[in-house]
Formats: sequence, C-alpha cells, structure tokens
Amino acid sequence: MSSNSQTLTSVAAPDAVTVKSPPAVPGKRNGRAKKNKPTQRRHSLMARIRRDKVMLALVLPGFAYFVVFHYIPLAGNIIAFLDYKPYLGFVDSVFVGFDNFGAMFSDSAFWVALRNTLVITGLQLVLFFPVPIVLALLLNSIMSKRIRNFVQSVVYLPHFIGWVIIVAVFSEILGATGVVPHVLENLGLPRFDAMTTPEFFPFLVTIQAVWKDAGWGTIIFLAALMNVDQELYEAAAVDGAGPWSRMRNITLPGIMPVIILLLILNLGSILSVGFEQIVLQRDNVGPGAGEVLDTYVYFHGIQDGQWGPAAAVGLVKGIVGLILVLGANKLAHLFGQEGVYSSDTTK
Amino acid sequence: MTAWARNLRAGSERPVWMEKPKPGMQVVKLAALVIICFMALYPLFAVLATSLSSQTEIANNNGLVIFPKEPTLAAYRTIFAGGVVTDALLRSLVITVVGTALSLAVTVCMAYGLTRRDLVGGRFFLMTALFTMLFSPGIIPSFLMVKELGLLNSYASLVLPTLMSAFNLVVVRSFFMNLPQELFEAAKIDGAGDFRILIKMVLPLSKGVLAVVGLFYGVGYWNAFFNAMLYLNDDKWPLSMILRQYVLLGQPMGDSAAVAEIAVPSQAIQMAVVVVSLIPIVIVFPFLQRYFTKGVLTGAIKG
Repeated sequence: MSSNSQTLTSVAAPDAVTVKSPPAVPGKRNGRAKKNKPTQRRHSLMARIRRDKVMLALVLPGFAYFVVFHYIPLAGNIIAFLDYKPYLGFVDSVFVGFDNFGAMFSDSAFWVALRNTLVITGLQLVLFFPVPIVLALLLNSIMSKRIRNFVQSVVYLPHFIGWVIIVAVFSEILGATGVVPHVLENLGLPRFDAMTTPEFFPFLVTIQAVWKDAGWGTIIFLAALMNVDQELYEAAAVDGAGPWSRMRNITLPGIMPVIILLLILNLGSILSVGFEQIVLQRDNVGPGAGEVLDTYVYFHGIQDGQWGPAAAVGLVKGIVGLILVLGANKLAHLFGQEGVYSSDTTK
Repeated sequence: MTAWARNLRAGSERPVWMEKPKPGMQVVKLAALVIICFMALYPLFAVLATSLSSQTEIANNNGLVIFPKEPTLAAYRTIFAGGVVTDALLRSLVITVVGTALSLAVTVCMAYGLTRRDLVGGRFFLMTALFTMLFSPGIIPSFLMVKELGLLNSYASLVLPTLMSAFNLVVVRSFFMNLPQELFEAAKIDGAGDFRILIKMVLPLSKGVLAVVGLFYGVGYWNAFFNAMLYLNDDKWPLSMILRQYVLLGQPMGDSAAVAEIAVPSQAIQMAVVVVSLIPIVIVFPFLQRYFTKGVLTGAIKG
C-alpha cells in the first residue's frame, strides 16, 4: 500500500501548490516540502493553517483534554514542595522546600508501602509473567480452529470485568463460605480465609491478576507466534525434528525477542501495582500487608489531609517510574527490539 | 478414540507435514483446556448459583450452593423493586453510554486530524498525546484539578478526567492510516471537505476498530468506581460503588429497611447485584470478541 501512495503523491505533487486543498501526503515528507522551506516558510505556514483548519479544529478538543487533565495536574505536583492547605490554595500555602520529602523518608509507613509494592510486583513477575506465554503456546498448538476460538474467547472475558466485581466474586469463592475453604476442610486441611490473611495477600492479588489478565496477555504472544516463519517448521519436520525439538529450536527462539521485551518493560513498572484492585482490599488485611505506594498517597493525602507529604511520595514514585520505564525501553533497544515508545509510532 | 474426539479433529487445520500427536498428549492438552475454561468460568457460575438460591438453601449448605435445587428470582425481585440498586443501574447505563459516545467522538476526531502527515503542529500534538502514556500526574494533583474546575459531585467528574486514552488514540490513528488513502484523495479532488470524508468514507470503513475502542471505553466507564469514590456523594453513586458498599464492605443500602422486610438472604441479594453488573459485559462481549481473535488490535499496536 505504501508504495502505491508514494507514486500517487509524486503524481499529485505538482498540483499541490495551485489546488486549494491538496491531498494529504502519506509516506515520508517529500523533497518538495523541504525545498520550499527556506524561502516560502511564512507564506506556506499560513496557507497550511488555512488548508488544515478543519483538521486542526478536530485535533483541538483532544489536545485540550490532555493539557487540562494531564499536563496542568503534572505542574500541580508543586504541592509536594508546599505545606498545602486547601483553604489557602496553591498561591498562599507556605513553601517548605524538600521538607515533605524528608518527612517521607522518616515515615515508617512509607517504607512498609514500598516493601509491599516490591513484594507484590516481584511475585507477579515470577508467578504471573510465564502464564500467558505457556497459555499462548498451548492455544497455538490447538489445530481445531473452533476450539481455539472458543478457548480464546473464554480466557479473554475476565479482562473486561471490573475489579469491584472480581473482588466480590473472589470473596464468594475464597471467602469464609466459599468453595475453596469447603474443599480444604474436606481434605482435612485447616481452613483459612484467603481474603483476610495478611501473609497470603501478595498471593491473593497475584491469583486475581492471573484470573483477570493472563488470558488477555496471550494476545501479544499469539501474534508473535504467528510471525514465526512457518516454512521453518516444515523444513525442520522434513529433516526429522519432532514436536518438542521444533518447539525448542524454532518456536522459543522465534518469540524470545517479545518475551525479553515484555520482561524488560515489566521490570520498568515495578513500582506500579493495580491501584483499584488493592485499594478495594487493603482494609481486609490492614495497611501492614495491604498498603502499596499508590494507596499510601491516597489514604495519607486525600483521606488524612497530609497533602504535601503524600504528593511528595506520588511525585517520587512518578519520577522513578518514568526513569525505570525509559531505562527499560532503552534496554529493549539495546537488545535490538523496537521498544514500545519507539519513534516508529510517530511516523 | 471416541466419535467425539474424531469430531474435534474435523475442523482441524493441521498442515500435511505435521505428525499426528500421540493420544496421550491429546488427552493431556484437552484436560488442560477444560481445566482452564473451568477456572475462568466457574467463579461466575458460582455467583449466579448463589444469586438464584433461597435463604434456607444457602443456610443448609453452610453458605455454599453448587447448584440451586429450587432456583428463585426473589433476590432479583428485591433489587429491582426500585430503590438504590435500580437507580444506580440506570445511572451507570447513562454514564456509560454518554461517556463512551463522547470518548469515541473526541478520539476519532483527534486521530483523524493527526492522519495528515504535514499538519501544522501535527508532530507536537501527537507527542503531547503519546507522552501521557509515560507518566501519570498523580492522584492528588488530579483530584485538585477536578476540584478547581468545580466538578466535584457532578457526573462530569466521572467522564472528563478519563475522556481519552493515548493508547486508543494510537490504535484508531493507525487504523485510519492503513485505510486506502487513494479513495480519500479521489474524494478530495471531487471537492469533498475533510470533515465530509471523515463522516462519509472513513467512519463506515472503520466499524471494527470503533467497536473495539468503544468496548474499551464502555467497559472502563461501566467498571470505574474510583472516580465515583473520590468525587461523588452517595446519592449519585453508580452501580460499581453500590457493589463496593454493599457487597465488599457489607454496609447496608439506603433502603435496607425495605430489604429486611422481605425474607431474602442478603448473600443472594449481594450476588444478584454482582450478576446485574456482569450482564452488560457478558451481553456485549460475544459480539466484539471476534475482533480480538481476528487480530484487529495487534495489527494496530504493531503499526
């Protein structure tokens, strides 16, 4: 398609100056635009604005949204440096420099929240991460299209169920009167309430995450599996390689780049756990086990009114998280991967 | 091998060079699939079973009903008799429909505008959107923004802060850019304006991606509870907050007196509320899941 439009542009290009609204130019910027730049810049800028006025008007509402709800609040992080009082507002609250950050480091609850966050994300890296890969390999090995589509649909469904519902459903299954305690009791094992046992909390949220998103996570691996050159399999089979050998020597190396990429990106988000999931269940197990960085910010800031210190925690988390994600992306590039935020998307 | 197993192989697409798997392997795989589907679906079934049970049955079974012997709709009659749950359900439906329509409109417009490669400031607008995938302004500044805008305790506070996601924007834009541009260029030469092309040509060709992105937005609005928890008083709560209040926290609903008069177990009512909040998802999902299995998304993501 791109080669088609390339030729089309070059045909249309000579008309572009005279036609009032010339065609959009797909493909890379062509030579014409570059050549005109130095001499006709001003003129062509006004002409382009006039030409694009409809397109610009269409872009503006979305742009305004991003500015108002993402960029201005980003600047609002200034309250991390204020002794913010809601009745004083931003302007009149006292500037306290890095005091809030000092308060953060000397608050033991912050360190508990940090530890809980790392325990949960670490556990999810070990227990959650491999599940979609194995599931994708299994799905990929199913030859019957009908069965494959059915199983895919079933495992995608939980992704669309909200956390409130999931927590309610899990209380019904794992809670005091649920199936699992009954089964445990019948097996002669001690019954325990998985929903309220603090030591079990990291496992609980991991199990819930697997139930919700492991199926959905197969999408990217299934795409990677489809991109493996199918002729390799045929050639290997002709040469006498069995199914396991093909899996080890063709399939796994074929999807390894995607696995490494996702692993790196996961490492980049180790400070983030599902906020909604945890804020719903924190009080079941108490802050000792259930407090993570995001819930710390919420409960200390918005609930208890310690705006400044809580915002400081949020800001540090955001900055470290950004550095980790950018670093992880860089690392992915070093591994020869495209990365998620490659300049590719902007072409 | 049973006739059933032979049937399974009927729809098979096995390439000629591939050996038939050993029966043992087949059985293991099939068992794995059955277990996976069971684990995905059983929790939902258990909720449904409890919601259809009577109080005596739940009590007799120590709280666990695998399959109700005498299914009853009493719990549903109670929650639909009017009152808190009915109101919240209607509210949630309206918020979801209006929110999804607004989100889709803003996303489609911006995505279409950004398909023009030499748009004035196009790169700037695109980077502004993409950069929001890398950071979140944080809970506290976002809360203060909504407060400063005077949106506290308004339904707009459930829609505007999450109006658009940069991810969905990228998905829609990639889809638009993969459409045959020649068509639009021809239309333009015939004198059609940009907006007319969007409405008459681009949108009718984009039903699949609009369905997928619409589902993402719709599910987001339907499931959202945190914004409601932050911004709304309880007389404006959507269904998800009622669910949290009544099922997770075990606190009574506003009309608890009326509920107590009817002899229905609260556990059945709780699970009935869960089922009601699941219904829209379960109804819409089958119509849209084919787009996921067909890979509309992965193509767009990679683009």
